[in-house]
Amino acid sequence: MSSLGPTFGRGAMTNSWTDIKNTDLVLIMGGNAAEAHPCGFKWVTEAKANRGARLIVVDPRFTRSASVADVYAPIRQGSDIAFINGLINYCIQNDKVQWEYTKAYTNATYLVKDGFGYQDGLFTGYDESKRDYDRSTWDYQIGDDGFIVVDDTLTNPRCVWNLLKEHVSIYTPEFVERVCGTPKEKFLQVAKMIAATSAKDKFMTSMYALGWTQHSKGSQNIRNMAMLQLILGNIGVRGGGMNALRGHSNIQGLTDLGLMSHLIPGYLDIPTDGAPTFDKYMSTHLFKPLLPNQTSYWQNYRKFIVSFQKAMWGAAATKDNDWAYDYLPKLDVDAYDILRAFELMHQGKINVYFCQGFNPLLAFPNRHKLTTALSKLKLLVVMDPLDTETSRFWENHGEYNDVDTANIQTEVIQLPTTCFAEETGSLTNSGRWLQWHWTGGTPPGEAQHDIWIMAQLGQRLKALYEKEGGTFPDPIVNLTWNYKNPGDPTPEELARELNGSVLETVPDPADSTKVLLEKGKQLLNFSQLRDDGTTSCGCWIYSGCFNEAGNNMARRDNSDRDDAGVFPNWAWAWPLNRRILYNAASADVTGKPWDPTRKLLWWNGTVWTGYDVPDIAPNAKPGVVSPFIMTAEGTARLFARTLMREGPFPVHYEPFESPIPNPINPKIRGNPAARVFADDLAQFGDAKEFPYAATSYRLTEHFHYWTKHCKINASLQPEFFVEISEELAKEKSIANAGWVRVWSKRGSVKAKAYVTKRIRPLICDGKTVHIVGIPLHWGFMGEARKGFGPNSLTPFVGDANAETPEFKAFLVNIEAISSGPVA
Amino acid sequence: MNMQLSRRRFMIGAGAGLAGTTIGALGFGDVETAYAAAIRPFKLLGTTETRNTCTYCAVACGIIMYSKGNLAKGEKADIIHIEGDVDHPTNRGTLCPKGAALLDFVHAETRLTYPRVRKPSSDKFERVTWDYALDRIARFMKDDRDQNFIAKNADGVTVNRWLSTGFLAASATSNETAWLTFKVARSAGMLVFDNQARV
Repeated sequence: MSSLGPTFGRGAMTNSWTDIKNTDLVLIMGGNAAEAHPCGFKWVTEAKANRGARLIVVDPRFTRSASVADVYAPIRQGSDIAFINGLINYCIQNDKVQWEYTKAYTNATYLVKDGFGYQDGLFTGYDESKRDYDRSTWDYQIGDDGFIVVDDTLTNPRCVWNLLKEHVSIYTPEFVERVCGTPKEKFLQVAKMIAATSAKDKFMTSMYALGWTQHSKGSQNIRNMAMLQLILGNIGVRGGGMNALRGHSNIQGLTDLGLMSHLIPGYLDIPTDGAPTFDKYMSTHLFKPLLPNQTSYWQNYRKFIVSFQKAMWGAAATKDNDWAYDYLPKLDVDAYDILRAFELMHQGKINVYFCQGFNPLLAFPNRHKLTTALSKLKLLVVMDPLDTETSRFWENHGEYNDVDTANIQTEVIQLPTTCFAEETGSLTNSGRWLQWHWTGGTPPGEAQHDIWIMAQLGQRLKALYEKEGGTFPDPIVNLTWNYKNPGDPTPEELARELNGSVLETVPDPADSTKVLLEKGKQLLNFSQLRDDGTTSCGCWIYSGCFNEAGNNMARRDNSDRDDAGVFPNWAWAWPLNRRILYNAASADVTGKPWDPTRKLLWWNGTVWTGYDVPDIAPNAKPGVVSPFIMTAEGTARLFARTLMREGPFPVHYEPFESPIPNPINPKIRGNPAARVFADDLAQFGDAKEFPYAATSYRLTEHFHYWTKHCKINASLQPEFFVEISEELAKEKSIANAGWVRVWSKRGSVKAKAYVTKRIRPLICDGKTVHIVGIPLHWGFMGEARKGFGPNSLTPFVGDANAETPEFKAFLVNIEAISSGPVA
Repeated sequence: MNMQLSRRRFMIGAGAGLAGTTIGALGFGDVETAYAAAIRPFKLLGTTETRNTCTYCAVACGIIMYSKGNLAKGEKADIIHIEGDVDHPTNRGTLCPKGAALLDFVHAETRLTYPRVRKPSSDKFERVTWDYALDRIARFMKDDRDQNFIAKNADGVTVNRWLSTGFLAASATSNETAWLTFKVARSAGMLVFDNQARV
């Protein structure tokens, strides 16, 4: 989200699972789809079997994805940017660029301000004491006409293309080998295959997941690949794309719906202290186009936010009170993300904490810190179908959870919820499909739906305010609550609110005998939203999901014209049922598809037509209106302007805990713009004390910390282990299936050693780097044997943009021990 | 190997609940009849089918859940089998090792069945009623919000935020649950509010 948004305009997987069958080349790097997303990976198999597509896997481990790959290249975890910048450099040096696409659909030709520069791993404006940048020079030159200065000839040294070319020039195959440990010949083999997709009619898909996000520069890992995909012309086309394989069934939905500290549904922003009034807030959300004729769809922001305020507070949100702008909380920091939340909890500043279907004791880094933090709460509320470790953080389980129960003063309330099988509603999959599902079972005991629980809490809190008064009750007592049964809203009622409806009849300005919008009707889609308070909409990008045609998310027509892989009538996809984002980029500037055998959209002389809903105004002329309609430029960004904290181009930085020093500038530790709390800085280890590079991963038999509660999965993979190479085992006298202790600066675990050929030592910066693999599916609850998770060891630091913890690259030590833990 | 012995061993191996001696007594001529009689009826006969999607990853495979009892008729429904939905365009009836064992999640022994409270310093959970649990939580929220709500920042700007209570939302809940959760949390002024997207 923090990488694709700044690059393309939207933070979501660009294509769909079924579209993967259309590809020529699959790159799995930063993920392991064969094991983590097996049924999605089947579309890779389809592409291989039916199109002769090839598969490249780049991973520190020889995974099951690698086992069916045409080429497997090993890489040291945390060095992906060196590898990808190496690929970009290779394509530029060897003229493997889809030039027409790059010139027309990216910002390659735009000139950058003269003040912008880069040296020794840092961009202009760095302030070491703040670990942050003054980003004012990271932008385009704007001409007297108010538009970007463009150099179509690509000769001006200040154009994005030439700055990029210079920026990636140090990432030679030799540099890649030195930093990544990938043998040069292997890298070149991969580079050659990838570069071949610069042909107009050859497309590559990138499939990635947490292997890229869980780094202190995770967002830049992804952005780096998005840039490569752009210069190869692989975005917006069938068989191409940046395919973010989401880990949870509705992680896309929860993010779309703004359940994050800094968001409002539909990727609107929670206001900050810097915007005390609605006018001030809107002044930074105008999104004026930066080039003539461009869509810059965010120009409609006022319609989205006003309709959202009406959905929240109805009649209490009026033009006169700035649509109840004061009802929204204002942020004084970038975000109260999970790491900041536990830091504050650790400082004793949080009193009440809710965990709804979430098990942070195993899911967040530095478990010792988490336990200490949870012990300082007054009340912890856990809503879950399962008896989780978090809800029992106070219970002593010997070495597996060695706490002093009597000294933990936190009250814990455990609320039993239904599971998927006992509830009705929609989930948004990785490919943005909103699919409805139906209740099929009776919940066990007194378990209740989450909707019922949230309604009960909301209504009881409201009743207390109505009865007793209190601090600023207005947004609570005025919250829209038009449900037939206020204590138990139906999923349909809530879905209709998300879609939005007409609050007041709007006459047709062209014909007074007609109405444009009729009061009480569901909105057709977000094109009908207005900024005058006459429409209400919970989440503008979801508008169209439940309109007067009914519940479109429940559609089950699986027909697929010409086997295009689009399935336009199955469920409903945001936005506007578009299945491939930026799909007008599948055609050239005359509207002709790049590959006539894989047409997606084409210009028929008057409108866009094809297999998918156009992701552009249907009558927007090709060559005039550019396909990236969400950016103010109309194009996608090779240069990210000010939208990424650590710089407009990705730079290779080592993980905070790395076996080698930063090869570009040894003085820089980790990502220079990543936030680090003081206590956590003191808890980083170094390679002298902790010589081995550890990484976490998932097994195909398990899903996070859930399936250890299931008998079959617990039988398939019953016991915690760590995976090491034969070479490391020999060096440390560790026997296969023997006990080992693995420890970091923050904790220690005991595990069985699994000695394999799947992990091999790498030579990085002239030094042998051994890798320790730590799967993450064990705890002290459920059917499986008790064990530990990697989070007992991992550092408490996140990505500079998304604050995703660095679970994939950290340092440990390891030794053989005689026996396992005492429970 | 003796053919008869082999066949007999096969029949025992096939299960069917017949002891070896019984087969012997019946003679091989009647084996097929006995075998057919011993096969239990197809287990999905008379069950109710419900369409759902897998709760794990975001491939969102279609599944069919088979239950004894039909919720639509006001009956209790006990899910006895889950399999891939062949009509679903993504998974076309297939499931992975996680999805194939979904039934074990539904019926896990560690499913929670009633609200419970662990009091400060206590070493156990105690069962409570929903009313007790919900009223107690609402009381905590109200008292904490009234005490710690920040109406204005140091510069006197209206900020209306509540930072001493936090909420982690679940990324396996429905969009509809998420929307209601958003409404309740944000209307109270919460900013310490996140979901699994970061992990």
